[in-house]
Amino acid sequence: MPSFILQVANRILVGLILVFAVYLLFRGHNAPGGGFSAALVAATGFSLFAIAEGPQPVRRALRLDPLVLVATGLLLAISAGLWGALAGLPFLTGLWWPAGSAAPAVGTPLVFDLGVFLVVLGSILTLVLGLEEI
Amino acid sequence: MQEPNSVIAGRMTALLPLALFAGLCLQVPGVVGGGAAYLSWVWAPGLGVDADFAVDGLSVFFGLIVSGIGVFVVLFAADYMRGNRYYARFFVFLHLFLLAMLGVVFADNLITLFVFWELTTLLSYLLIGFDHENDAARRHARQALLVTGAGGLALLIGFLLIGGLAGTYRLSALAESARAIQGHVFYLPILALVFTGAFTKSAQFPFHFWLPNAMSAPTPISAFLHSATMVKAGIYLLARLHPVLGGTTAWMGTLVIVGGVTALLGAVLAMGQTDLKRLLAYTTIMALGILTMFLGGKTTPALTAAVTFMLVHSLYKSALFLVVGIIDHGTGTREIGRIGGLIRAMPATAFGAATAAMSMAGFPLFLGFVGKEIMYEGALAEEVFPVFATSAAVLCNALMTAVAGTVLIRPFLGKALPTPVPPHEAPVWMWLGPTAIGSLCLIFGLIPDWVGRWLVAPAVSAIHPVAEHAGLKLFHGVNDPLLLSILTLVLGAAFYLVRRPVRRWVAALAAGMPFTADGLYALTMAATARSAGLLTGFIQNGSLHRYLLTILTVFTLTATTVWFLNAEGGLVAPPLPSLPFWQWLLVALMAGAVGVVVAARSRILAVCALGVVGSGAALVFLVFGAPDLALTQLLVETLTLIIVAIVLLRLPPLQKKSGGELPGRWVDALVALGAGALVAVLCMAATSGVMDRQLTDFFEHNSYLVAHGRNIVNVILVDFRGLDTLGEIVVVATAGLAGFALISRERR
Repeated sequence: MPSFILQVANRILVGLILVFAVYLLFRGHNAPGGGFSAALVAATGFSLFAIAEGPQPVRRALRLDPLVLVATGLLLAISAGLWGALAGLPFLTGLWWPAGSAAPAVGTPLVFDLGVFLVVLGSILTLVLGLEEI
Repeated sequence: MQEPNSVIAGRMTALLPLALFAGLCLQVPGVVGGGAAYLSWVWAPGLGVDADFAVDGLSVFFGLIVSGIGVFVVLFAADYMRGNRYYARFFVFLHLFLLAMLGVVFADNLITLFVFWELTTLLSYLLIGFDHENDAARRHARQALLVTGAGGLALLIGFLLIGGLAGTYRLSALAESARAIQGHVFYLPILALVFTGAFTKSAQFPFHFWLPNAMSAPTPISAFLHSATMVKAGIYLLARLHPVLGGTTAWMGTLVIVGGVTALLGAVLAMGQTDLKRLLAYTTIMALGILTMFLGGKTTPALTAAVTFMLVHSLYKSALFLVVGIIDHGTGTREIGRIGGLIRAMPATAFGAATAAMSMAGFPLFLGFVGKEIMYEGALAEEVFPVFATSAAVLCNALMTAVAGTVLIRPFLGKALPTPVPPHEAPVWMWLGPTAIGSLCLIFGLIPDWVGRWLVAPAVSAIHPVAEHAGLKLFHGVNDPLLLSILTLVLGAAFYLVRRPVRRWVAALAAGMPFTADGLYALTMAATARSAGLLTGFIQNGSLHRYLLTILTVFTLTATTVWFLNAEGGLVAPPLPSLPFWQWLLVALMAGAVGVVVAARSRILAVCALGVVGSGAALVFLVFGAPDLALTQLLVETLTLIIVAIVLLRLPPLQKKSGGELPGRWVDALVALGAGALVAVLCMAATSGVMDRQLTDFFEHNSYLVAHGRNIVNVILVDFRGLDTLGEIVVVATAGLAGFALISRERR
């Protein structure tokens, strides 16, 4: 029996939580946060969604199977490492753009962190949604 | 008739071994003078392992046999396997197997050799069990895998010891260290380990039993496995390591005795068979025994005999196996008593069978005769047990003559018998192999001098680098080997005449044995499975409660003991830290929550109280300046609560513990308190000392300048120790997959 209060709160909360997750993901390099924490926050948001509305609406909202998220994340993390390897540096060497600047904006460690985010989120959602459906 | 495209494609794949064969032929002139070429690629420099390959007399000799016979086996298989569901898969396995075998013989590095060695083991498993819906095929494949795999492990240890003593894994550099290795106390263990590897692979007594069972493989595979590959890998290894480990009494004695016993056993058991394929399998065991016996020698004639017989056997055995495949195909049976007079229906096959069998019997003018002559010369020149070696060789060859007669005379020349399928000749691509290889048995026998100079001598000189050569000749004059040859043929004829009583006698003997090697293998496997079952039942009884109790008890006792033994001046608890009042309040809050967990009668209450403990820990992290840790702890706590709540909603309510279990609760409490106290004390002890700030300084200094991030924790995770994180997310992904599998099973 779904709770009406939870459903109403859920509409507002889940969006906020997911935005917070993205915020954590991108500030992680300079302040507390990062891919792992962001994934936990996002997973909490989706779990709340699942408790309020059931697992099927969550799957529809995700569009992708959680295991696809896991695989994508692993590929991203590995490709972040290959970038350095292709440049002749050891695997997983961080590369930054614009190169040579004191405070570069974008780098492969961010891609790697995104991979971590997707793997952790996908794994947790696989379990949570799966358990909800038993 | 229009040929199916797949069969044409199958034949086309023979171009691969053909090209390899042609390429190797071009290498022959280079190795005749004892020359060698080396190729090397950096592989794992940190381990001192490179992909080294050597092109010398021995590797070219084996390479020519593998690729040459490979051509005919592939051509044969293209028609033999016609219509099989897994036609393409068969050819993939076959060619991979061929390449792995070539890798074994060309490797110039012990570790490289080992990798290819294991590949042949794995691929032979796939090939023997190719007919995977057949229970026996699966069992036999597993048996071959386990026996040769176990030998492979022993071999690896032996290789590592050799590499450790010699300081290099390069085979071509090992001979220099031969004296040092042979004088070392580890020489005998090394020898035992290497012999275990070679004997299991080459089916020496008492590991011979897997070979006849490997007959479950499709016939082209049997032909390949028995003639040129797999079982010859052990022989190759003994030859290759001969300069390093060979020449000692232990080497010679072991190989001559084991080889001789294996050869006699194989020859006698072969006489007891009526299935042509199994009969040939036992003669393979006999041949492998002979090869092992002669590799035990250190004189040029003995080693020349080994190399020559290697060629002789590869040729006649591959031809005969292909012939058996054709007979099976063309008549529907392989039973000796049920086929006869096939020469009329299958003249081409009969020609191949005749030439190969004559070579096997060792008739003059055939290559087998030349091989037999040099064999007797080598046996008489053995340094240890020459009488045993010579008698074993004569007996085995006589029995081979009888077996050759059994295979050839009645099935092809006798009167025609009704067979399940009316006998008919196979397509040309199938009989091409036996006839071509059979012709070689004859041609090579006519030009022994050429064979000796271009094929045998380079291989021998790679094993035994001395100037003298034992030339191969058709006629040596009247000497001991010739007399022994005549004796062999006479004995062989006698054995042929009494083959039926002998067969009954061998069958009765085999049936009367109290135990067989195959039976012992089955017993060992059953005992292993049973003890594993008992052990698993004892350790993993399914009660999570008991697992935790065991783990915590062992941990507490072990850690306390180690601490007690290493503590100077007895066990002294570190002083309690001085904390402000409100921090003690935090501790009290967490302790109270733990009390609620223990006392709770509802799961939800227990889980929530556990959440309070976790959040308290997060607060502790925050107080001591680890915001990242606190954040993660808090999030994990929240998420755990959600997941556990989802699960709990589906469980029945907690059972009230009955009074009878009360002592158990007290034990639990004791173990929990003990483990908790130990961890607390260890933590306090660990943090009371002076911390080494080296790493902290490094990361503080480099985090922003090098990795462009101010959050050191995150920079370590994604950059400095990114590989660790990659490993961890692989673990997370695996856990997710495993959970998915468990849940899916539950859902069904």
